Amino acid sequence: MSATGRLTHAPIDSAALLGEIGNPGHGAVVLFLGVVRDLNDGRAVSGIEYSAYEAMAASELQTIADEAAERCPTASVLIVHRLGALALQEASVAIVVTHAHRDEAYQLSRWTIEELKRRVPIWKREHYADGTREWVDPSDRAREAVTS
Amino acid sequence: MSITVLLFASYADALGVPSVSLELAAGATVSDVLAQIAARPGGSVLPARPLVAVNQRYAAPSTPVSSGDEVALIPPVAGG
Repeated sequence: MSATGRLTHAPIDSAALLGEIGNPGHGAVVLFLGVVRDLNDGRAVSGIEYSAYEAMAASELQTIADEAAERCPTASVLIVHRLGALALQEASVAIVVTHAHRDEAYQLSRWTIEELKRRVPIWKREHYADGTREWVDPSDRAREAVTS
Repeated sequence: MSITVLLFASYADALGVPSVSLELAAGATVSDVLAQIAARPGGSVLPARPLVAVNQRYAAPSTPVSSGDEVALIPPVAGG
């Protein structure tokens, strides 16, 4: 089976990714896309700029793909994260997991996105409709969720 | 010895530079690096225990640093 994780500066072409990972023995293909949404914490978002510690982020993405393949050696995993300025509804991340059966594919897809969010050194700066912009700190939101 | 410290995102904005070169005594650790960065203008933005990578691997405050190491301060990650 295959395990690949990488960064890209180009738009994510999900159809091309599905073609890249195709396996005739796999009856389940789970594609997860994270896309830029127009509202965050009540503020109107006009776009998001992604940056990374590129060398480390690329190696962490590959490591997560390898660890996913260790958790489920019969699955194939492909992770692509985009960097740069993204418009609303553009995909920032794509995860494709294929397996003979759907249970394994769904579970591994979920595990993979949670690991990515927890440890890959990528940052995003949201641009708001009012012209301001801010780095997003998910730990702020976690604190707010706990204290409110 | 001399090491390079990489700064990213909100940390780079706060300190006004993407990297800093530090002079440290032999036997220095990640904690010593953090103390020097925190003492610079804008360094108060750092939390008490920021994430740190040494040579592209996450490291503890007690991790030793050597001449030529690439040390990176990692703001709260927000991929996905």
